[in-house]
Amino acid sequence: MAEARKVISILVENESSVLSRVSGLFAGRGYNIETLTVAPIPNSNRSRITIVTKGSERVLEQITKQLHKLIPVYKVVEHDEMVEKEMVMIKFPIEESLADIQALCEAYNGGIVNVGIDMIISMVADEPCRVKHFIEASKRYNPLEIVRGGVVAIER
Amino acid sequence: MKMNGAQMVCEALIAEGVKTVFGYPGGAIMNVYDEIYKQDGFEHILNRHEQASVHAADGYARATGEVGVAMVTSGPGFTNAVTGLATAYMDSIPLVVISGQVPLALIGTDGFQEIDAIGISRPCTKHNFLVRELCDLPRIMKEAFHIARSGRPGPVLVDIPKDITAEFGNFVYPESVNIESYKPTVKGNKRQIDKAVDAILKAKKPLLYIGGGVVLSNAGDLVRQLANMGQIPAVETLMARGVMGAKNPLLQGMLGMHGNYASNMAMSETDLVISLGARFDDRVTGKLSEFAKYADVIHVDIDAANIGKLVDVDYPIVGDVKGVVERLIEGLQSRINPDRYGDWREVLGRYNELYPQTFTDSDEVIKPQWVIERVGALLGEQAIITSDVGQHQMWAAQHYPFDRPRQWINSGGLGTMGFGFPAALGAKKGCPDKTVINFTGDGSILMNMQELVTASEYKIPVINIILNNHFLGMVRQWQTFFYDERYSETDLSYQPNYKAVAEACGGIGYDVTTKEEFDAALKDAIAKDRVTFINVAVNRFENVLPMVPAGGALYNMILSDKQEEK
Repeated sequence: MAEARKVISILVENESSVLSRVSGLFAGRGYNIETLTVAPIPNSNRSRITIVTKGSERVLEQITKQLHKLIPVYKVVEHDEMVEKEMVMIKFPIEESLADIQALCEAYNGGIVNVGIDMIISMVADEPCRVKHFIEASKRYNPLEIVRGGVVAIER
Repeated sequence: MKMNGAQMVCEALIAEGVKTVFGYPGGAIMNVYDEIYKQDGFEHILNRHEQASVHAADGYARATGEVGVAMVTSGPGFTNAVTGLATAYMDSIPLVVISGQVPLALIGTDGFQEIDAIGISRPCTKHNFLVRELCDLPRIMKEAFHIARSGRPGPVLVDIPKDITAEFGNFVYPESVNIESYKPTVKGNKRQIDKAVDAILKAKKPLLYIGGGVVLSNAGDLVRQLANMGQIPAVETLMARGVMGAKNPLLQGMLGMHGNYASNMAMSETDLVISLGARFDDRVTGKLSEFAKYADVIHVDIDAANIGKLVDVDYPIVGDVKGVVERLIEGLQSRINPDRYGDWREVLGRYNELYPQTFTDSDEVIKPQWVIERVGALLGEQAIITSDVGQHQMWAAQHYPFDRPRQWINSGGLGTMGFGFPAALGAKKGCPDKTVINFTGDGSILMNMQELVTASEYKIPVINIILNNHFLGMVRQWQTFFYDERYSETDLSYQPNYKAVAEACGGIGYDVTTKEEFDAALKDAIAKDRVTFINVAVNRFENVLPMVPAGGALYNMILSDKQEEK
């Protein structure tokens, strides 16, 4: 069966073991996690966990159903129509051209966020595939370190 | 009312109507045991191993339909209980297990007898709680019972740090539960049920595929009514034995790896599978692509995740099987014509004549199947039958004439050796008027044999019938069939003296080598009303047949030993 990529947004009770319940379910049942982000929802006792996963239709259906069974899970949203953004930070050596890096970042709706004695830190937040392209493009400037943030998504 | 956390635990148990708690004390749970000493709202049974406590609570729950309760201490007390939790989880048995935990301030410091109980039990409980504040304790106890028994039932662990049980606070036990994120779907969708009714009316070869969910939902009578009304043939899973009743001609038998010929052929040829509380386990389906190949599937299950997990379903119905069957009956009433399925019943009848569930008896040696059928003939509906795991379990499932739900208690999903004896203790505590028989093997019985002491102390007279073939028989059978008879570590020729062991622990032992001796021993055991071991020397190389080799199609059964030799 063909594998499809899916963004799943999970509303959970904000309690201490909830992330391990969700991630443990994925590990225990052999489901794939590409990225996972989690943060509390303002003015509530809930959190949102956003997971990008991959699997056959049957597996994706199982993921949703099994998540629903977890007691602290309120809602599982798996719409196809999600606006997704991912963040990446890249550290470059100071010897690289500040202007070139600046231009590259701007092309991806980002910028330079910090310049130190021996390094430049840039940041981009964009759609996951654009982030991937940005990372590709940044390779010619000898990046020292790349930190990706994982996907966050909201229903359209 | 002002009281400490330990007393709150006891008060909550009493408020839930708990009569019996199975457990084992230790450091972190001592505060609760101190309160147990002072109260008389429930009885506490001291098992001699925490695993046995959970199995006993499990057996109690299966026999009575109520929530079973076990109590253990932190660290090793809890880890010993894990097999019990996993066993109950796989078979959807409602349990509340209370474990002690090191004091809050010690959590995370590798304290003495500290283990992450929440982390370990997460994949083998329906839910678990770590009580962090005393004020949460009454609510958590209430929720634990609610979660355990509602929806698809399952075990719930409540882990309580020692300082919480010592702390004093105000106790008000909640009257109701409201967990916003947990609202199981109980009522089946009307439109789907109507469609299922039409499908049954249109089918030529419908088949009721009855699973353990029917037992859990107490829907046995309704399922019989549904079957009888339309004269629809039925097969039972291992977990559903007893639902249809052995005498009902519509019952083809048990299906699956050790199912009988007619049942497996019925599943292979049916044009409509009516799955009620069953989950298409691999031991039932065999090769999935060949399973019920010609059939549409109606799948009734309270757990939506079971539907479509393994088999494509044409009529999915999420809901409590009891209510759904009630409405199926309503829909079919006055519309269904039993004659429509006459040819189908005749075909299955011929299959049953062709290869009945039988065995070749012997005058020289006791056949294990004979023992099962003999107990069935003598005790029949009177007894509750528990079993351990292995050949004896399959023979019991095949040959005992089960007549009602909750009469047959075994570890189906996890297949836990050592389950039978403590589960029998629990069943007997729950149903003291019934004779409780545990069919076990010479492998399994050793895994919780210490319960002889428990049974003797509390005078719980369960009868363990050890079908002793001096082998780990089921593994040996696979080695015979699939490993060229290399009997790696399955020969149990070195044996304890079972009779002496039973007697040393305050029970009665019998060594049996003939049919006459068996009858005499069983009669004596029932009359003496004490825990017993009846050690029966049975044919060493007897195989459980029919057998569908793992991963094979259900219709390709090994039917006889001769066929295997070819």
